[in-house]
Amino acid sequence: MSQFIAVLVDGIVYSSWLFIIAVGLTLIYGVMKILNIAHGSLYALGAFTSVTLCGLWFNAGLPPMGSYLMLLLSAILVGLVAGPVIERGLLRFMYGKDEVVLVLVTYALFLILEDLIKLIWGVDPLFITGPGGESPYSLLGNFEVAGLTYPNYNLVLIAVAVATGGALAWALAKTRSGKLLLAVIHDREVSAALGINVGRIYFVTFTIGAMLAGVGGALTAPTVSVVTGMGAEVIVLAFAVVVIGGLGSLPGAALGALIVGLVRAAAVHYLPEVELFSIYFVMAVVLILRPKGLFSGAEVRKI
Amino acid sequence: MKLDRTSFAILAMGAILLIAGPQLPSWMVSMLNVSLCYGTVVLGMMLLMRNGIVSFGHGLYFCLGAYAAGLLDQMLKMPDMLLMVGAAVVVTGVVSAILGLLLAKYRDIFFAMLSLAFSMILYGLLVKTASLGSTDGFNVAAKTVGGFAVAPESQRLMVYSLAVVFATVSAFFLHSYLASHQGRLAGAIKDNELRVEYMGASVMRVVHRNYVISAVLAGIGGALMAVNIGHIDPEMTYWPQSGEFVFVAILSGTGSVFAPLGGALVFEAIRSFAYEYSPNTWQMVLGITMLLVMIFLPGGLWSLFTRKREG
Repeated sequence: MSQFIAVLVDGIVYSSWLFIIAVGLTLIYGVMKILNIAHGSLYALGAFTSVTLCGLWFNAGLPPMGSYLMLLLSAILVGLVAGPVIERGLLRFMYGKDEVVLVLVTYALFLILEDLIKLIWGVDPLFITGPGGESPYSLLGNFEVAGLTYPNYNLVLIAVAVATGGALAWALAKTRSGKLLLAVIHDREVSAALGINVGRIYFVTFTIGAMLAGVGGALTAPTVSVVTGMGAEVIVLAFAVVVIGGLGSLPGAALGALIVGLVRAAAVHYLPEVELFSIYFVMAVVLILRPKGLFSGAEVRKI
Repeated sequence: MKLDRTSFAILAMGAILLIAGPQLPSWMVSMLNVSLCYGTVVLGMMLLMRNGIVSFGHGLYFCLGAYAAGLLDQMLKMPDMLLMVGAAVVVTGVVSAILGLLLAKYRDIFFAMLSLAFSMILYGLLVKTASLGSTDGFNVAAKTVGGFAVAPESQRLMVYSLAVVFATVSAFFLHSYLASHQGRLAGAIKDNELRVEYMGASVMRVVHRNYVISAVLAGIGGALMAVNIGHIDPEMTYWPQSGEFVFVAILSGTGSVFAPLGGALVFEAIRSFAYEYSPNTWQMVLGITMLLVMIFLPGGLWSLFTRKREG
């Protein structure tokens, strides 16, 4: 029984983490039809930036609690700097090209960003720890479920995931910008003809997507050693999540994250040999049975 | 089978590479060797791209070919180079014939994603298989060719010659296939599948066949790479490896069977020199090259030649 609860708790924590990373990916795909491989690099950028900023914060002798602010700031920084630079500097010239070509453009971008990270931060693993060994991971204390101890930091992950998903769903359904966004998703050309500034919508969407990748990276940084190559590992997981749920679907990303998270947690506890295998097995099965993912509606007629 | 200028050019290229082998400096032999292995894989990528299909999981067959070769050495104690390539052909042929039934219905990004999922499944299996060395993989050594023992000092040259022979034969047959009635359907499928169906050809069957051919080519490339490097690991089916094949295919273009072979050599040259002079930025160099090629040469490097001929 306790193992089952452990699977549930681990699964939900892991799902939240996956959702935070995958939601930006699915948002960008939904609006811009770009399956952004460089999302993995933006995630890594978020992690590395937060190592630097938290390091500065701790070294300045400021109260350790403020390191959470630094995590948030890193994500915002990644979104506001990398997002606009990539969208204005590169992607804007590629709109209207074939989806597969766009994947390859972001793959090239991924290669460039991976080395950029190496140039800035070097190749050694980095950790977020203060002079007294404080880390945002352990600062909040622990909680206990069925005799197992978990850091409260995991609750932060869950809260951020729920808040992000809720805020996006609310913004899409209730705000004016959200409705404009839905119009652009539905038909880009007609929206442009009706006077919606599609270029601006793309710009804002990509910036928000980049910021979400940054949030994922910044929140992950305290829990792992921050190394080069972490983006490559995460991006295929995020692909699995969004493909299972349905590319470009917000509830799909949530469902995909839950499925992958729980499957992995179950595999880790009951059959560790199949941990990675199980995730991609589910991805393949979903693609075979429902190629457009679990949350795909009927295809909108284009002609 | 009628032989045209290109067929003769392929055979001539093979002959020249074979004869030149012993005279070339060893760094050039290694570079050519790796390029030929890569080139063979990318020949298959080119065939798929002629159908308008991009696989983001061809590392699957590259890796399967390599592991088929490796297991022949490890488990069956038959370290024969020809048998290894034969095993790779059989294994990749069978696996791709099965997976191809599913994949042949998919296009665009869904084809890319499903092929990615398949390759990552193999990755997930291999990294957890302790008997095959998990993430470390294991060493492969080929000691005979067709039953004849090879002296250790001529080992490298033998591996190189074998790569030349297999790449040449692959390019030769792929060229004949592409020029044949069935091969030409690839371009028609890329243009308009419905039209191909109305004209009485089965799109499914053509795509399936091309997928199997491309997988077998990747398997041959993988087996050759295994004996060339002497070591195999699950990274061969990790997604960046598949991405690299797509990269070389984009760089090369799909104009001719020479494009992938030449493109692989250019790629290997860029990688070696970039790695030599700035080990921390070689990926960046590759990424920038890829962007430049996609923006200024959408037809790949090969379009440089055709453009000249037309003008």
